Amino acid sequence: MFLANADALAATVPDGALIAVPPDYSLPPCALGHALVRRGAKGLRVLGVPITGYVADLLVGAGCVAEVESSAVTLGEAGFAPCFTAAVRAGRIRMRDATCPAIHTALQAAEKGVPFMPLRGVIGSDILAHRPDWKVVQNPFADTEDQILLVPAIRPDIAAFHAAMADEEGNVWVGRRREVATIAHAALRSIVTVERMVPGNMLEDERLAPGCISATYIDAVAVAARGSWPSGLLDERSADIAHYAEYARLAKTEAGFREYLDRYVLAPRAEAAE
Amino acid sequence: MTIRPEERLATAVARLILDPSAPPVRHAAVGNASAIPAAACLLVKAMGNPLRISLLTRPRGNPFTEGGRELFDLTGQGRVDLFFLGGGQIDGQANINLLGTGEWPGTAARFPGSFGSAFMYMMTGRTILFREEHSPRVLVEKVDMISAPGVSPPGVFRRGMAQALVTGRCVFRFDAARARFALESVHPGETVQSIRAQTGFDFDVADAVPETPDPTEQELALLRGPVCDGMLETYPEFCARVFNRRLAA
Repeated sequence: MFLANADALAATVPDGALIAVPPDYSLPPCALGHALVRRGAKGLRVLGVPITGYVADLLVGAGCVAEVESSAVTLGEAGFAPCFTAAVRAGRIRMRDATCPAIHTALQAAEKGVPFMPLRGVIGSDILAHRPDWKVVQNPFADTEDQILLVPAIRPDIAAFHAAMADEEGNVWVGRRREVATIAHAALRSIVTVERMVPGNMLEDERLAPGCISATYIDAVAVAARGSWPSGLLDERSADIAHYAEYARLAKTEAGFREYLDRYVLAPRAEAAE
Repeated sequence: MTIRPEERLATAVARLILDPSAPPVRHAAVGNASAIPAAACLLVKAMGNPLRISLLTRPRGNPFTEGGRELFDLTGQGRVDLFFLGGGQIDGQANINLLGTGEWPGTAARFPGSFGSAFMYMMTGRTILFREEHSPRVLVEKVDMISAPGVSPPGVFRRGMAQALVTGRCVFRFDAARARFALESVHPGETVQSIRAQTGFDFDVADAVPETPDPTEQELALLRGPVCDGMLETYPEFCARVFNRRLAA
């Protein structure tokens, strides 16, 4: 299904949905995040795969989020994520701390349609003590004591990401960022903004096919040029470091965050309506 | 020629990597905010030692083609011999805290989160802990929350532990059997007393603690030449600040 723009994609995201997003260095759905703020989404549960940054922080600051599950929320070189940090300290959102491979493993279980998968490590971390949904069992194949962690499958309601291109068949291309494919495989629905449309079918091209996610997994696509901004786009565009710094500075205060929304998030809707 | 503190730290880390008493390193992985560990790995390689280096956040030519999980799959198999971790807090048993302080999940201070540490620390052949800030608020007796434990009990599979902790003031060795740090060397301007004053945990001290050696002329030349070349794209701000070099536009 091809939709007109990111706002049309955002209209398909129900309040309270579990929405999985890739990290800022890997095709984050920033234009969609802006559209979710414009839509006034509420009660979203954001899953960082395996971490998140700008998108989650913006949605938390705008009051769209009830819960974050992630291995980290950070603006990278621009520092801590200000809205997230303030919301956790004030207890305004539920934080389900994880560790990167646990999130990958839980999504791989969903890809395979199995209820859980084992993972080494983690035992002894306080993360485990705060995850009643994770279990430690004796390895049933070992003759000696061997404790191992089991994590339940995560089936997100929605996978949301940006991609470099979509073809006429609805296949999308993400290059080597295959964690995005894992999210799409595991989720019930995938909604994707793309930089551009290309003719034909990319799966017919041996060089493009390995970087594709088949339309089998994709429910809705909309063109949003620079849809991962202020993050970068693969080898096409670098992250907008100056904008990250501006966001980090403004989002430190409530008034500054409102100013940011007015200037960069809410204004584009007014322009589109003209 | 003035030696920058970053150059001294990178050289100190490189010497730990090459330590013949530690398990050999064929493959080192370097995470995001780790410019000095990246410089150390590239220095080891530039000195002619065979070493595969995976810079995880390299924007082009990233070594992982199966997505973010590939690093953890490789590490789970034992194909990553060396990793670097830091911490908002690091304690005397080498526990690290990337979560926060106060009550769970960080009511006093909240840090970004644990990243892959709860797995990588236990499944990598060895880990060098690195944190430039060396103060009582970072180096604490006991971390408020454990992102990843310094040691593990029998019955919990663990491939490796901390080899050392390198800070802006000194190098500590970690004795895993005793779960305790020992002061290995102090950087110029520091003494055993000044380290004690800035460290929240107790540690062992030998009769004579040497000064962390200066980089050699050869090491400095490599750092400022090929090492910087290899880092420019991934760590542009570091290269500009330390080596005064910028990517050509």
